[in-house]
Amino acid sequence: MSTGAPLQTTERDEDLLVSAVPSAKGSRVRTFARVYAGALAFILALLFGWELAVRLGHVPDYLLPSPTAILADLKTDWVVLGPALWVTLREVMLGFVIAAVTGVGLAVLLHLNGPLRRAMYPILIGSQTIPIVVLAPILVILLGYGILPKLVIVALICFFPIVVNGLDGLRAVDDEFIAMMFTLNASRWAIFRRVEFPGALPSIFSGMRIAATFASIGAVFGEWAGSSAGLGYVMLEATPNLLTSRIFAAILLLTVISLVLFGLVSLLERIAVPWAPKRTTS
Amino acid sequence: MPAELSSEQAGSGRAAEPGESTVGIRLSGIGKRFGDVVALRGIDFEIQRNSRIGIVGPSGGGKSTLLHIVAGLMEPDVGEVDVEGATTAKDRLTRCAMMPQRDLLLPWRTALDNAIIALENRGVSRSQARAQTRPYFERFGLAKFEHFRPAQLSGGMRQRVSFMRTLVAEKDVLLLDEPFGALDSITRAQMQEWLLRALGALPRTVLLVTHDVEEALLLSKTVVVMSARPGRVVRTLTADFPTTASRREIVTSREFVEVKEQALEAIG
Repeated sequence: MSTGAPLQTTERDEDLLVSAVPSAKGSRVRTFARVYAGALAFILALLFGWELAVRLGHVPDYLLPSPTAILADLKTDWVVLGPALWVTLREVMLGFVIAAVTGVGLAVLLHLNGPLRRAMYPILIGSQTIPIVVLAPILVILLGYGILPKLVIVALICFFPIVVNGLDGLRAVDDEFIAMMFTLNASRWAIFRRVEFPGALPSIFSGMRIAATFASIGAVFGEWAGSSAGLGYVMLEATPNLLTSRIFAAILLLTVISLVLFGLVSLLERIAVPWAPKRTTS
Repeated sequence: MPAELSSEQAGSGRAAEPGESTVGIRLSGIGKRFGDVVALRGIDFEIQRNSRIGIVGPSGGGKSTLLHIVAGLMEPDVGEVDVEGATTAKDRLTRCAMMPQRDLLLPWRTALDNAIIALENRGVSRSQARAQTRPYFERFGLAKFEHFRPAQLSGGMRQRVSFMRTLVAEKDVLLLDEPFGALDSITRAQMQEWLLRALGALPRTVLLVTHDVEEALLLSKTVVVMSARPGRVVRTLTADFPTTASRREIVTSREFVEVKEQALEAIG
Protein backbone atom coordinates (compact mmCIF):
# COMPACT_ATOMS: atom_id res chain seq x y z
CA MET A 1 0.00 0.00 0.00
CA SER A 2 1.31 3.43 -0.83
CA THR A 3 1.83 6.18 1.69
CA GLY A 4 -0.80 8.28 -0.01
CA ALA A 5 -3.47 5.68 0.69
CA PRO A 6 -6.51 6.88 2.57
CA LEU A 7 -6.23 6.52 6.29
CA GLN A 8 -8.91 3.94 6.41
CA THR A 9 -8.19 0.79 8.31
CA THR A 10 -9.76 -2.53 7.60
CA GLU A 11 -10.58 -2.85 11.25
CA ARG A 12 -14.19 -3.83 11.67
CA ASP A 13 -15.22 -0.82 13.66
CA GLU A 14 -18.81 -1.84 14.02
CA ASP A 15 -17.81 -5.18 15.48
CA LEU A 16 -15.49 -3.55 17.95
CA LEU A 17 -18.04 -1.00 18.94
CA VAL A 18 -19.15 -1.43 22.49
CA SER A 19 -22.68 -0.32 22.05
CA ALA A 20 -24.40 1.35 24.93
CA VAL A 21 -27.85 -0.09 24.38
CA PRO A 22 -30.37 2.56 25.34
CA SER A 23 -32.97 0.90 27.47
CA ALA A 24 -36.53 1.19 26.31
CA LYS A 25 -38.98 2.85 28.66
CA GLY A 26 -40.87 -0.37 29.35
CA SER A 27 -37.76 -2.26 30.32
CA ARG A 28 -36.70 0.59 32.60
CA VAL A 29 -39.91 0.20 34.57
CA ARG A 30 -39.29 -3.53 34.75
CA THR A 31 -35.72 -3.01 35.92
CA PHE A 32 -36.97 -0.62 38.57
CA ALA A 33 -39.56 -3.15 39.70
CA ARG A 34 -36.97 -5.93 39.84
CA VAL A 35 -34.52 -3.84 41.84
CA TYR A 36 -36.98 -2.40 44.33
CA ALA A 37 -39.70 -5.07 44.54
CA GLY A 38 -37.90 -6.83 47.39
CA ALA A 39 -37.44 -3.68 49.44
CA LEU A 40 -41.05 -2.65 48.89
CA ALA A 41 -42.38 -6.05 49.91
CA PHE A 42 -40.26 -5.97 53.06
CA ILE A 43 -41.51 -2.53 54.09
CA LEU A 44 -45.12 -3.55 53.50
CA ALA A 45 -44.62 -6.69 55.58
CA LEU A 46 -43.10 -4.62 58.37
CA LEU A 47 -46.00 -2.15 58.36
CA PHE A 48 -48.49 -4.98 58.31
CA GLY A 49 -46.78 -6.67 61.26
CA TRP A 50 -46.74 -3.37 63.15
CA GLU A 51 -50.45 -2.79 62.53
CA LEU A 52 -51.26 -6.35 63.57
CA ALA A 53 -49.18 -6.20 66.76
CA VAL A 54 -50.74 -2.91 67.88
CA ARG A 55 -54.31 -4.11 67.22
CA LEU A 56 -53.98 -7.61 68.60
CA GLY A 57 -51.88 -6.53 71.58
CA HIS A 58 -54.24 -3.65 72.42
CA VAL A 59 -51.29 -1.27 72.64
CA PRO A 60 -52.57 2.16 73.69
CA ASP A 61 -52.26 4.85 71.03
CA TYR A 62 -50.17 7.15 73.22
CA LEU A 63 -47.49 4.43 73.51
CA LEU A 64 -47.36 3.20 69.94
CA PRO A 65 -49.96 4.22 67.39
CA SER A 66 -50.62 1.88 64.46
CA PRO A 67 -49.61 2.92 60.90
CA THR A 68 -53.26 3.52 59.99
CA ALA A 69 -53.73 5.70 63.09
CA ILE A 70 -50.68 7.75 62.07
CA LEU A 71 -52.09 8.22 58.57
CA ALA A 72 -55.46 9.23 60.01
CA ASP A 73 -53.72 11.73 62.27
CA LEU A 74 -51.79 13.12 59.32
CA LYS A 75 -55.15 13.97 57.77
CA THR A 76 -56.93 15.40 60.84
CA ASP A 77 -53.87 17.31 62.07
CA TRP A 78 -52.96 18.69 58.64
CA VAL A 79 -53.93 22.17 59.83
CA VAL A 80 -51.02 21.97 62.24
CA LEU A 81 -48.68 19.74 60.21
CA GLY A 82 -49.09 21.42 56.81
CA PRO A 83 -47.75 24.86 57.81
CA ALA A 84 -45.07 23.18 59.95
CA LEU A 85 -43.98 21.12 56.94
CA TRP A 86 -43.66 24.28 54.89
CA VAL A 87 -41.51 25.99 57.54
CA THR A 88 -39.14 23.02 57.91
CA LEU A 89 -39.01 22.38 54.17
CA ARG A 90 -37.84 25.95 53.62
CA GLU A 91 -35.18 25.64 56.32
CA VAL A 92 -33.88 22.37 54.86
CA MET A 93 -33.87 23.46 51.22
CA LEU A 94 -32.39 26.91 51.80
CA GLY A 95 -29.81 25.60 54.24
CA PHE A 96 -28.80 22.91 51.78
CA VAL A 97 -28.46 25.36 48.89
CA ILE A 98 -26.27 27.62 51.06
CA ALA A 99 -24.10 24.61 51.96
CA ALA A 100 -23.85 23.47 48.33
CA VAL A 101 -22.83 26.88 47.03
CA THR A 102 -20.31 27.68 49.77
CA GLY A 103 -19.09 24.07 49.93
CA VAL A 104 -18.32 23.77 46.23
CA GLY A 105 -16.92 27.31 46.24
CA LEU A 106 -14.55 26.57 49.11
CA ALA A 107 -13.49 23.23 47.58
CA VAL A 108 -12.55 25.03 44.34
CA LEU A 109 -10.78 27.82 46.20
CA LEU A 110 -8.75 25.39 48.33
CA HIS A 111 -7.96 23.26 45.27
CA LEU A 112 -6.60 26.18 43.29
CA ASN A 113 -4.67 27.68 46.20
CA GLY A 114 -2.14 25.24 47.67
CA PRO A 115 -0.94 27.34 50.64
CA LEU A 116 -4.53 28.12 51.62
CA ARG A 117 -5.43 24.43 51.37
CA ARG A 118 -2.55 23.39 53.60
CA ALA A 119 -3.56 26.03 56.12
CA MET A 120 -7.30 25.29 56.09
CA TYR A 121 -7.62 21.56 55.55
CA PRO A 122 -6.57 20.45 59.06
CA ILE A 123 -8.90 23.04 60.59
CA LEU A 124 -11.71 21.85 58.36
CA ILE A 125 -11.25 18.23 59.42
CA GLY A 126 -10.74 19.24 63.06
CA SER A 127 -13.97 21.24 63.08
CA GLN A 128 -15.84 18.01 62.48
CA THR A 129 -14.98 16.77 65.94
CA ILE A 130 -17.52 19.32 67.21
CA PRO A 131 -20.98 17.72 67.20
CA ILE A 132 -22.59 20.52 65.24
CA VAL A 133 -26.10 20.06 66.61
CA VAL A 134 -24.93 21.09 70.07
CA LEU A 135 -24.13 24.51 68.64
CA ALA A 136 -27.87 25.06 68.12
CA PRO A 137 -28.57 26.73 71.49
CA ILE A 138 -25.64 29.11 71.02
CA LEU A 139 -26.87 30.04 67.56
CA VAL A 140 -30.36 30.68 68.92
CA ILE A 141 -28.89 33.04 71.52
CA LEU A 142 -26.88 34.79 68.82
CA LEU A 143 -29.42 34.84 65.99
CA GLY A 144 -32.83 34.61 67.62
CA TYR A 145 -35.86 32.38 67.10
CA GLY A 146 -36.30 32.95 63.37
CA ILE A 147 -35.17 30.97 60.36
CA LEU A 148 -31.56 32.18 60.49
CA PRO A 149 -30.10 29.86 63.18
CA LYS A 150 -31.78 26.86 61.48
CA LEU A 151 -30.23 27.75 58.13
CA VAL A 152 -26.84 28.03 59.80
CA ILE A 153 -27.16 24.60 61.47
CA VAL A 154 -28.41 22.89 58.30
CA ALA A 155 -25.67 24.53 56.24
CA LEU A 156 -22.94 23.62 58.76
CA ILE A 157 -24.02 19.97 58.78
CA CYS A 158 -24.27 19.71 54.97
CA PHE A 159 -21.17 21.75 54.25
CA PHE A 160 -18.51 19.28 55.36
CA PRO A 161 -19.26 16.24 53.14
CA ILE A 162 -19.63 18.56 50.15
CA VAL A 163 -16.26 20.29 50.70
CA VAL A 164 -14.35 17.11 51.44
CA ASN A 165 -15.81 15.10 48.57
CA GLY A 166 -15.41 18.04 46.20
CA LEU A 167 -11.81 18.57 47.17
CA ASP A 168 -11.04 14.85 46.83
CA GLY A 169 -12.68 14.78 43.41
CA LEU A 170 -10.73 17.79 42.20
CA ARG A 171 -7.43 16.35 43.41
CA ALA A 172 -8.12 12.86 42.04
CA VAL A 173 -7.53 13.97 38.45
CA ASP A 174 -4.66 12.01 36.91
CA ASP A 175 -1.40 13.95 36.55
CA GLU A 176 -1.08 12.54 33.05
CA PHE A 177 -4.23 14.40 32.00
CA ILE A 178 -2.70 17.62 33.24
CA ALA A 179 0.65 16.99 31.50
CA MET A 180 -1.17 16.21 28.27
CA MET A 181 -3.32 19.33 28.54
CA PHE A 182 -0.21 21.49 29.03
CA THR A 183 1.15 20.18 25.71
CA LEU A 184 -2.22 21.02 24.12
CA ASN A 185 -1.97 24.78 24.77
CA ALA A 186 -3.92 24.69 28.03
CA SER A 187 -3.63 27.38 30.68
CA ARG A 188 -4.09 26.50 34.36
CA TRP A 189 -7.64 27.85 34.14
CA ALA A 190 -8.40 25.80 31.00
CA ILE A 191 -7.28 22.65 32.82
CA PHE A 192 -9.55 23.46 35.74
CA ARG A 193 -12.50 24.30 33.53
CA ARG A 194 -12.20 21.49 30.98
CA VAL A 195 -10.69 18.65 33.00
CA GLU A 196 -10.67 19.04 36.76
CA PHE A 197 -14.11 20.50 37.45
CA PRO A 198 -16.14 18.23 35.15
CA GLY A 199 -14.08 15.31 36.39
CA ALA A 200 -14.90 16.15 40.00
CA LEU A 201 -18.67 16.45 39.43
CA PRO A 202 -19.51 12.82 40.32
CA SER A 203 -17.59 13.23 43.56
CA ILE A 204 -19.25 16.57 44.31
CA PHE A 205 -22.66 15.02 43.80
CA SER A 206 -21.85 12.06 46.01
CA GLY A 207 -20.98 14.57 48.75
CA MET A 208 -24.28 16.34 48.14
CA ARG A 209 -26.22 13.10 48.39
CA ILE A 210 -24.67 12.37 51.77
CA ALA A 211 -25.41 15.95 52.85
CA ALA A 212 -29.03 15.66 51.68
CA THR A 213 -29.68 12.91 54.20
CA PHE A 214 -28.28 15.03 57.07
CA ALA A 215 -30.11 18.25 56.26
CA SER A 216 -33.39 17.58 58.09
CA ILE A 217 -31.53 16.57 61.26
CA GLY A 218 -30.06 20.05 61.38
CA ALA A 219 -33.42 21.70 60.92
CA VAL A 220 -35.05 19.68 63.71
CA PHE A 221 -32.23 20.34 66.18
CA GLY A 222 -32.39 24.01 65.30
CA GLU A 223 -36.11 24.06 66.01
CA TRP A 224 -35.70 22.15 69.28
CA ALA A 225 -33.18 24.71 70.50
CA GLY A 226 -35.67 27.49 70.06
CA SER A 227 -38.51 28.15 67.65
CA SER A 228 -42.19 28.84 67.28
CA ALA A 229 -42.90 26.86 64.12
CA GLY A 230 -41.81 23.83 62.09
CA LEU A 231 -42.03 20.05 62.39
CA GLY A 232 -39.48 19.97 65.20
CA TYR A 233 -41.55 22.50 67.13
CA VAL A 234 -44.72 20.42 66.53
CA MET A 235 -42.95 17.35 67.95
CA LEU A 236 -41.78 19.35 70.97
CA GLU A 237 -45.32 20.52 71.65
CA ALA A 238 -46.88 17.09 71.11
CA THR A 239 -44.58 15.28 73.54
CA PRO A 240 -45.95 16.50 76.90
CA ASN A 241 -49.51 16.05 75.57
CA LEU A 242 -48.76 12.43 74.56
CA LEU A 243 -49.94 13.12 71.01
CA THR A 244 -47.75 10.25 69.88
CA SER A 245 -49.34 9.72 66.48
CA ARG A 246 -48.75 13.42 65.69
CA ILE A 247 -45.04 12.92 66.48
CA PHE A 248 -44.96 9.93 64.16
CA ALA A 249 -46.73 11.91 61.45
CA ALA A 250 -44.09 14.67 61.80
CA ILE A 251 -41.32 12.07 61.51
CA LEU A 252 -42.97 10.73 58.36
CA LEU A 253 -43.03 14.22 56.86
CA LEU A 254 -39.36 14.77 57.78
CA THR A 255 -38.55 11.54 55.95
CA VAL A 256 -40.45 12.81 52.94
CA ILE A 257 -38.42 16.05 53.00
CA SER A 258 -35.17 14.07 53.04
CA LEU A 259 -36.34 11.82 50.21
CA VAL A 260 -37.42 14.77 48.08
CA LEU A 261 -34.08 16.52 48.61
CA PHE A 262 -32.19 13.32 47.85
CA GLY A 263 -34.29 12.81 44.72
CA LEU A 264 -33.68 16.38 43.56
CA VAL A 265 -29.92 16.01 43.99
CA SER A 266 -29.96 12.70 42.07
CA LEU A 267 -32.03 14.27 39.32
CA LEU A 268 -29.65 17.21 39.06
CA GLU A 269 -26.75 14.77 38.90
CA ARG A 270 -28.32 12.90 36.00
CA ILE A 271 -28.73 16.17 34.14
CA ALA A 272 -25.24 17.48 34.93
CA VAL A 273 -23.33 14.20 34.67
CA PRO A 274 -25.09 12.16 31.98
CA TRP A 275 -21.86 10.37 31.13
CA ALA A 276 -21.31 8.88 34.57
CA PRO A 277 -21.47 5.10 34.81
CA LYS A 278 -24.83 4.06 36.23
CA ARG A 279 -24.87 3.04 39.85
CA THR A 280 -26.55 -0.31 39.98
CA THR A 281 -28.50 -1.28 43.05
CA SER A 282 -28.93 -4.99 43.11
CA MET B 1 -13.60 6.19 -1.62
CA PRO B 2 -12.85 8.30 1.41
CA ALA B 3 -10.99 11.49 0.77
CA GLU B 4 -7.26 11.12 0.73
CA LEU B 5 -5.33 12.87 3.39
CA SER B 6 -3.20 15.48 1.77
CA SER B 7 -0.53 17.05 3.88
CA GLU B 8 -1.62 20.44 2.71
CA GLN B 9 -5.14 20.05 4.08
CA ALA B 10 -4.18 18.69 7.46
CA GLY B 11 -1.18 20.93 7.92
CA SER B 12 2.13 19.13 8.13
CA GLY B 13 5.18 20.00 10.15
CA ARG B 14 6.78 23.24 9.14
CA ALA B 15 9.76 22.90 6.81
CA ALA B 16 12.90 24.73 7.86
CA GLU B 17 13.21 28.16 6.32
CA PRO B 18 16.45 29.04 4.54
CA GLY B 19 19.14 29.72 7.09
CA GLU B 20 17.11 28.15 9.87
CA SER B 21 18.46 25.08 11.58
CA THR B 22 17.15 21.78 10.28
CA VAL B 23 17.40 20.16 13.70
CA GLY B 24 14.21 18.44 14.77
CA ILE B 25 15.22 17.29 18.23
CA ARG B 26 18.73 17.45 19.65
CA LEU B 27 19.67 16.28 23.12
CA SER B 28 23.18 16.67 24.45
CA GLY B 29 24.38 15.35 27.78
CA ILE B 30 20.95 15.12 29.36
CA GLY B 31 20.92 14.03 33.00
CA LYS B 32 18.06 13.96 35.48
CA ARG B 33 17.76 12.64 39.00
CA PHE B 34 14.89 12.40 41.44
CA GLY B 35 16.34 12.46 44.94
CA ASP B 36 18.81 9.58 45.06
CA VAL B 37 17.49 7.93 41.91
CA VAL B 38 19.35 8.74 38.72
CA ALA B 39 16.70 8.54 36.01
CA LEU B 40 18.79 9.65 33.02
CA ARG B 41 22.53 9.98 32.45
CA GLY B 42 24.37 11.42 29.45
CA ILE B 43 21.65 11.12 26.83
CA ASP B 44 22.70 12.35 23.37
CA PHE B 45 20.87 12.06 20.11
CA GLU B 46 19.75 14.19 17.24
CA ILE B 47 17.17 13.91 14.48
CA GLN B 48 16.30 16.11 11.58
CA ARG B 49 13.11 18.05 11.19
CA ASN B 50 10.17 15.92 10.00
CA SER B 51 11.93 12.64 10.70
CA ARG B 52 11.10 10.06 13.33
CA ILE B 53 13.00 8.51 16.19
CA GLY B 54 12.01 5.57 18.35
CA ILE B 55 13.24 5.03 21.88
CA VAL B 56 13.13 1.50 23.25
CA GLY B 57 14.22 0.12 26.55
CA PRO B 58 13.00 -1.73 29.62
CA SER B 59 10.26 -0.30 31.78
CA GLY B 60 11.34 2.15 34.44
CA GLY B 61 14.30 3.23 32.35
CA GLY B 62 13.43 6.88 32.39
CA LYS B 63 11.86 6.92 28.92
CA SER B 64 8.83 8.87 30.08
CA THR B 65 11.04 11.29 31.96
CA LEU B 66 12.93 11.89 28.73
CA LEU B 67 9.67 12.54 26.93
CA HIS B 68 8.56 15.02 29.59
CA ILE B 69 11.89 16.82 29.26
CA VAL B 70 11.60 17.09 25.49
CA ALA B 71 7.98 18.24 25.82
CA GLY B 72 9.02 21.07 28.12
CA LEU B 73 7.08 19.73 31.10
CA MET B 74 10.36 19.70 33.05
CA GLU B 75 13.97 20.78 32.66
CA PRO B 76 16.90 18.37 32.87
CA ASP B 77 19.41 18.81 35.70
CA VAL B 78 22.27 18.93 33.17
CA GLY B 79 22.54 19.06 29.39
CA GLU B 80 20.87 20.92 26.59
CA VAL B 81 17.65 20.33 24.72
CA ASP B 82 16.86 21.86 21.36
CA VAL B 83 13.44 21.25 19.83
CA GLU B 84 13.30 23.02 16.47
CA GLY B 85 15.21 25.94 17.91
CA ALA B 86 13.34 26.05 21.22
CA THR B 87 15.64 25.55 24.17
CA THR B 88 13.68 26.66 27.24
CA ALA B 89 10.94 24.47 28.71
CA LYS B 90 8.32 27.12 28.05
CA ASP B 91 9.23 27.41 24.38
CA ARG B 92 9.43 23.66 23.91
CA LEU B 93 5.93 23.33 25.31
CA THR B 94 4.62 25.43 22.44
CA ARG B 95 6.33 23.17 19.86
CA CYS B 96 5.31 19.74 21.15
CA ALA B 97 2.06 17.82 21.43
CA MET B 98 2.02 14.66 23.49
CA MET B 99 -0.02 11.54 22.97
CA PRO B 100 -0.09 9.53 26.19
CA GLN B 101 -0.12 5.78 26.59
CA ARG B 102 -3.71 5.58 27.76
CA ASP B 103 -6.02 7.44 25.41
CA LEU B 104 -6.98 9.87 28.20
CA LEU B 105 -10.10 11.01 26.41
CA LEU B 106 -12.45 13.03 28.57
CA PRO B 107 -15.45 10.75 29.19
CA TRP B 108 -17.96 13.63 29.23
CA ARG B 109 -16.95 14.89 25.82
CA THR B 110 -17.88 13.32 22.50
CA ALA B 111 -15.11 12.07 20.20
CA LEU B 112 -15.32 15.32 18.23
CA ASP B 113 -15.22 17.53 21.31
CA ASN B 114 -12.25 15.59 22.62
CA ALA B 115 -10.40 16.13 19.35
CA ILE B 116 -10.94 19.91 19.40
CA ILE B 117 -9.66 20.54 22.91
CA ALA B 118 -6.32 22.04 21.83
CA LEU B 119 -8.15 24.52 19.59
CA GLU B 120 -10.52 25.45 22.41
CA ASN B 121 -7.54 25.94 24.71
CA ARG B 122 -6.19 28.39 22.16
CA GLY B 123 -9.43 30.35 22.29
CA VAL B 124 -11.01 29.14 19.04
CA SER B 125 -14.78 29.06 19.40
CA ARG B 126 -16.33 25.65 19.85
CA SER B 127 -18.37 25.76 16.64
CA GLN B 128 -15.39 26.85 14.57
CA ALA B 129 -13.15 24.23 16.16
CA ARG B 130 -15.73 21.55 15.42
CA ALA B 131 -16.08 22.61 11.79
CA GLN B 132 -12.31 22.63 11.41
CA THR B 133 -11.86 19.19 12.95
CA ARG B 134 -14.79 17.28 11.47
CA PRO B 135 -12.99 16.40 8.18
CA TYR B 136 -10.42 14.40 10.16
CA PHE B 137 -13.04 11.86 11.16
CA GLU B 138 -13.57 10.55 7.67
CA ARG B 139 -9.87 10.45 6.95
CA PHE B 140 -9.27 8.54 10.17
CA GLY B 141 -11.98 6.00 9.41
CA LEU B 142 -14.16 7.41 12.17
CA ALA B 143 -16.94 8.98 10.11
CA LYS B 144 -20.30 8.79 11.90
CA PHE B 145 -18.56 8.38 15.26
CA GLU B 146 -18.12 12.12 15.90
CA HIS B 147 -20.86 12.22 18.52
CA PHE B 148 -20.06 9.01 20.32
CA ARG B 149 -18.72 9.18 23.85
CA PRO B 150 -15.35 7.47 24.48
CA ALA B 151 -17.06 4.68 26.45
CA GLN B 152 -18.97 3.77 23.30
CA LEU B 153 -15.83 3.39 21.16
CA SER B 154 -13.43 0.47 20.84
CA GLY B 155 -9.86 0.73 22.13
CA GLY B 156 -8.45 1.18 18.63
CA MET B 157 -10.95 3.91 17.83
CA ARG B 158 -10.24 5.74 21.07
CA GLN B 159 -6.53 5.65 20.30
CA ARG B 160 -7.20 7.14 16.87
CA VAL B 161 -9.24 9.94 18.43
CA SER B 162 -6.37 10.51 20.86
CA PHE B 163 -3.90 10.73 17.97
CA MET B 164 -6.27 13.04 16.13
CA ARG B 165 -6.40 15.32 19.19
CA THR B 166 -2.60 15.46 19.09
CA LEU B 167 -2.58 16.31 15.38
CA VAL B 168 -5.30 18.94 15.65
CA ALA B 169 -3.05 20.84 18.05
CA GLU B 170 -1.01 21.71 14.93
CA LYS B 171 2.35 21.32 16.64
CA ASP B 172 5.52 20.59 14.68
CA VAL B 173 6.67 17.88 17.04
CA LEU B 174 4.66 14.85 18.13
CA LEU B 175 5.66 12.92 21.24
CA LEU B 176 4.09 9.48 21.37
CA ASP B 177 4.35 7.68 24.70
CA GLU B 178 3.63 3.98 24.19
CA PRO B 179 0.77 4.97 21.90
CA PHE B 180 -0.60 1.45 21.53
CA GLY B 181 0.59 -0.08 24.78
CA ALA B 182 -2.93 -0.60 26.05
CA LEU B 183 -4.22 -2.43 22.96
CA ASP B 184 -4.39 -6.15 22.19
CA SER B 185 -1.78 -7.41 19.73
CA ILE B 186 -4.08 -7.66 16.70
CA THR B 187 -5.49 -4.15 17.10
CA ARG B 188 -2.01 -2.97 17.87
CA ALA B 189 -0.63 -4.32 14.58
CA GLN B 190 -3.49 -2.68 12.68
CA MET B 191 -2.88 0.62 14.44
CA GLN B 192 0.85 0.51 13.71
CA GLU B 193 0.18 0.10 10.02
CA TRP B 194 -2.40 2.85 10.17
CA LEU B 195 -0.05 5.23 11.98
CA LEU B 196 2.72 4.47 9.51
CA ARG B 197 0.52 5.65 6.68
CA ALA B 198 -0.88 8.57 8.64
CA LEU B 199 2.63 9.85 9.38
CA GLY B 200 3.66 9.23 5.78
CA ALA B 201 0.94 11.61 4.65
CA LEU B 202 1.62 14.18 7.39
CA PRO B 203 5.33 14.55 7.94
CA ARG B 204 6.12 15.67 11.46
CA THR B 205 9.05 15.40 13.79
CA VAL B 206 8.12 12.38 15.88
CA LEU B 207 9.59 10.98 19.06
CA LEU B 208 8.14 7.57 19.85
CA VAL B 209 8.70 5.88 23.19
CA THR B 210 7.92 2.20 23.39
CA HIS B 211 9.10 -1.03 24.97
CA ASP B 212 8.25 -2.89 21.75
CA VAL B 213 11.35 -3.13 19.53
CA GLU B 214 9.29 -4.13 16.52
CA GLU B 215 7.03 -1.12 16.87
CA ALA B 216 9.99 1.25 17.15
CA LEU B 217 11.72 -0.17 14.07
CA LEU B 218 8.54 -0.18 12.07
CA LEU B 219 7.53 3.40 12.82
CA SER B 220 10.86 5.21 12.86
CA LYS B 221 14.05 5.27 10.88
CA THR B 222 16.29 5.83 13.88
CA VAL B 223 15.98 3.71 16.99
CA VAL B 224 17.75 4.49 20.24
CA VAL B 225 18.12 1.63 22.68
CA MET B 226 18.17 2.74 26.30
CA SER B 227 19.37 0.85 29.36
CA ALA B 228 17.52 0.29 32.60
CA ARG B 229 17.94 2.94 35.31
CA PRO B 230 19.99 5.01 35.10
CA GLY B 231 18.80 5.44 31.52
CA ARG B 232 21.70 5.73 29.08
CA VAL B 233 21.85 5.35 25.32
CA VAL B 234 23.21 1.85 24.72
CA ARG B 235 22.99 1.78 20.98
CA THR B 236 21.61 3.74 18.04
CA LEU B 237 20.31 1.77 15.08
CA THR B 238 19.06 2.97 11.76
CA ALA B 239 16.60 1.06 9.70
CA ASP B 240 15.19 2.30 6.43
CA PHE B 241 12.48 0.18 4.92
CA PRO B 242 10.58 0.94 1.73
CA THR B 243 7.60 3.06 2.62
CA THR B 244 5.49 1.26 0.08
CA ALA B 245 5.81 -2.11 1.78
CA SER B 246 3.04 -3.39 4.01
CA ARG B 247 3.62 -4.01 7.69
CA ARG B 248 3.77 -7.76 7.14
CA GLU B 249 6.32 -7.42 4.35
CA ILE B 250 8.52 -5.19 6.48
CA VAL B 251 8.28 -7.21 9.65
CA THR B 252 9.16 -10.48 7.91
CA SER B 253 11.97 -9.07 5.75
CA ARG B 254 15.46 -10.29 6.47
CA GLU B 255 16.81 -6.79 7.07
CA PHE B 256 14.10 -6.11 9.65
CA VAL B 257 14.78 -9.33 11.51
CA GLU B 258 18.51 -8.59 11.57
CA VAL B 259 18.11 -5.07 12.96
CA LYS B 260 15.57 -6.33 15.46
CA GLU B 261 18.07 -8.92 16.64
CA GLN B 262 20.71 -6.23 17.14
CA ALA B 263 18.26 -4.13 19.11
CA LEU B 264 17.22 -7.02 21.33
CA GLU B 265 20.86 -7.87 21.91
CA ALA B 266 21.55 -4.28 22.95
CA ILE B 267 18.69 -4.36 25.43
CA GLY B 268 20.22 -7.56 26.78
